[in-house]
Amino acid sequence: MSELRTEELTINMGPQHPSTHGVLRLVLTLNGEIVTDVKPVLGYLHRCFEKHCEAMTYPQVVPYTDRMDYLNSMNNELAYVLAAEKLLGIQVPERVEYIRVIMCELQRIASHLVAIGTYGNDAGAFTPFLYCFMDREKVLELFEMVCGARLLYNYIWVGGLSHDITPEFVTKTKEFIKYFRPRIKQINNLLSYNKIFIERTAGIGVLPQDVAVNAGVSGPTLRGSGVKFDLRKDDKYSIYDRFDFDVCVGWGERGVVGDCWNRYIVRAYEMEQSLRIIEQAIDNIPEGDVQSAVPKRVKPVVGESYVRTESPKGELAYYIISDGSLNPYRIKARSPSFCNLSVINQISRGHMIADVVMILGSFDIVLGCIDR
Amino acid sequence: MGNILTQWLGDNLLTYILIPVPVLVWVLVFALYAVLGERKVSAWMQNRIGPNRTDKFGLLQTILDVVKLIQKELIIPNRADRLYFRIAPYIVFTATFMGYAILPFSSVYIGVDLNLGLFYFFAITSLSVIGVLMAGWASNNKYSLFGGMRTVAQIVSYEIPTALSALVVVMLAGTLSMQKFAEIQSGGILNWYIFGGPGSVIKIVLIPIMVVSAVILFISTLAETNRTPFDLTEADSELVAGVHIEYSGMMFAMFFLAEYAQMFAVSGVVTTLFLGGWQSPFGDLVPFLNTPVFQVFWFLAKSLFLVFVMMWLRWTLPRVRIDQLMTMCWKFLIPITLVNLFLVGLYIILT
Amino acid sequence: MEITDIYNKLKKVFGDGIGELKTDVPVSPFFFADRSKINAVALFLRDEESLQFDNLSCLSGVDYDKDNLAVVYHLFSYALGHSLIVKCLIPKSDPKIQTVSDVWAAADWHEREAFDLVGMVFEGHPDLRRILLPDDWEGHPLRKDYKVPEFYNGMKVPY
Repeated sequence: MSELRTEELTINMGPQHPSTHGVLRLVLTLNGEIVTDVKPVLGYLHRCFEKHCEAMTYPQVVPYTDRMDYLNSMNNELAYVLAAEKLLGIQVPERVEYIRVIMCELQRIASHLVAIGTYGNDAGAFTPFLYCFMDREKVLELFEMVCGARLLYNYIWVGGLSHDITPEFVTKTKEFIKYFRPRIKQINNLLSYNKIFIERTAGIGVLPQDVAVNAGVSGPTLRGSGVKFDLRKDDKYSIYDRFDFDVCVGWGERGVVGDCWNRYIVRAYEMEQSLRIIEQAIDNIPEGDVQSAVPKRVKPVVGESYVRTESPKGELAYYIISDGSLNPYRIKARSPSFCNLSVINQISRGHMIADVVMILGSFDIVLGCIDR
Repeated sequence: MGNILTQWLGDNLLTYILIPVPVLVWVLVFALYAVLGERKVSAWMQNRIGPNRTDKFGLLQTILDVVKLIQKELIIPNRADRLYFRIAPYIVFTATFMGYAILPFSSVYIGVDLNLGLFYFFAITSLSVIGVLMAGWASNNKYSLFGGMRTVAQIVSYEIPTALSALVVVMLAGTLSMQKFAEIQSGGILNWYIFGGPGSVIKIVLIPIMVVSAVILFISTLAETNRTPFDLTEADSELVAGVHIEYSGMMFAMFFLAEYAQMFAVSGVVTTLFLGGWQSPFGDLVPFLNTPVFQVFWFLAKSLFLVFVMMWLRWTLPRVRIDQLMTMCWKFLIPITLVNLFLVGLYIILT
Repeated sequence: MEITDIYNKLKKVFGDGIGELKTDVPVSPFFFADRSKINAVALFLRDEESLQFDNLSCLSGVDYDKDNLAVVYHLFSYALGHSLIVKCLIPKSDPKIQTVSDVWAAADWHEREAFDLVGMVFEGHPDLRRILLPDDWEGHPLRKDYKVPEFYNGMKVPY
């Protein structure tokens, strides 16, 4: 009997596809339902961020960083501003530091909520998605109260903040903390520990620790592989060393360490830790003027600085080279999603199409961050 | 034949043309409001309001949607197989609608009371596979083809647990006629087959078997209608929309209509087999509730409840993967139904 | 480990392949490495027991000065918790440098990006294609002498 002739099927997933989280294109080579090769094609959202920055002054770059990872603007701003301040040698007032931390942690919750919601959506559960977005809306309302914008804030300035917070913001934030704690449990009940959801994610796309470290994977994706590393704890940028919080790692409660479920659950538990940080910070904000350290003219010396921060997606770093003029000579953004995505081929080979969707979702990528 | 129209109008051609009309009207109305109902149900589950701009509670929403769909251009891809592409949605709908012929809406209204009713239903509704595969193939789209192939694998596999779990009732009732199933389960809720059917006290041993059978039948029919958690045919996060990708306008609406029609049809079959069909749950205690008009009410109420459960599941659960779907069918559902079948056979011999 | 210790260690092994350590620059000290030895240096940095730079945090291509491009390596060690900045100068007339993608998998895409935007060629890279720009784009935008083309595939570029 002659062999049955079979062919490999090439499928183009994206740039327009509901579960590529933006305009990412994956060229899948399939053997039946089994994926034999994944080729990511990037660049559909490339906006020349780095080129633009060379024509801007330092404060003008901040709105551009907003648009990099648009679900996570506060953390983007913070990373860039910290790098610029390091270059300028500015010490910002205590009040500014506290408010920055609160904002970034609120942003982290918002970003993780999107990650969890869309991940549920990838798995076919649409309801948790809306629950998450409902809570995210509350966070965005808090931001709106402070700076008027809901998504792209331009809030953290070099040397300060664009607006001071109001007492109303403090009470609203406390209310939010009280409201949100039980909601995390609810989301866990609804999605994280759902039998079908665990079946779909546990044991899928296992990313071993050494591969993860070598490939530059960071953030919840790295911690899902069991590496207990968080720049907030280990690098202590800003004032994170003053707060008491735990670093969540995937510990293989379901599935194996490093699989999709563990990457996912790290985010679910990190929201709780963010709440703890906000709780500690919100009561201790010192008095002061948030714009007292904002320089009139930002003109750093010749030199360069590199600051790494823990954004919700992973290690977000800015590398700024100054030539002593008003415009930065070169800005390079080390985006977490870019590095995290690069392992997708390695860990999705041999899985099914549906698993590729789950693996991609478990990285929590944002294309604005990858393509810059 | 137990149909009131035959009695009124006599046994002639006109009657046979008129008999399906109420059913067709019901299917269309049901599909319109089931879509709205689904959107409302999902809205409630998700803390939303749902459609509310068209008339009160959005009652006109789906009608306007259909009007929009009718106006839309039918786009047929250049490289598609035009003939198959065009007829596929109609095959799917027709196959589903033909299943309605044996649904006993009431003791005096059934399309045809075939003595092979249940067998006919399984035979005819599985024809919709051909339509879906045709659509997937003719679209000339890899995602569609994937969707089509998945549907075939899925529906053909789930035919087996569906038929086997229905067979349990067939063995107890000793008939395949849908009207007979409903008639046998007279005398109140305790005589429904989910509670072991009519019989002496000893039927208590049957209850767990019957409940399991009913659940399996429901799960399998859920898989056959391609609803979440088994909607791998459409699987919007991986296959975008499966076989529906290239369809637009009314041809897409046909698929949609067929899906909702099938939801009700399979619910009707589960109702008839396990939940007493058109029988009132109060049996002879309140004879008034067992008149033909009320029978229609009971039948619709029970079936619609099952339809609601389907929606409920859809908006709660994630989707399974294709291999998990198959594992569940071949490794769990089929062995369990076989054991059930054996136990019921044993029961029949011993009593 | 302090940067001077790391530097001395490297200097001992690679000699002339390592330039002088610059500590007086804002903000962090760094040193230059020879572009033709960078692969060996990288391998040493990763595998040496007392260094263990298991993570390439960032790799940036820079149009460094009038005659040179540069690649900047930001290294970090998860095992030991220290970091290091290494730079490689590449003359514009011959923009070639050894790849480190076989040492750190993270370098794969970063090198493609540097090639794409700044235009240095990484020799030995398994798949050196453009990554962010279209395949048929001309020029490397982050060079200082880059001129935005008038047309791309018949479409006007500046608007």
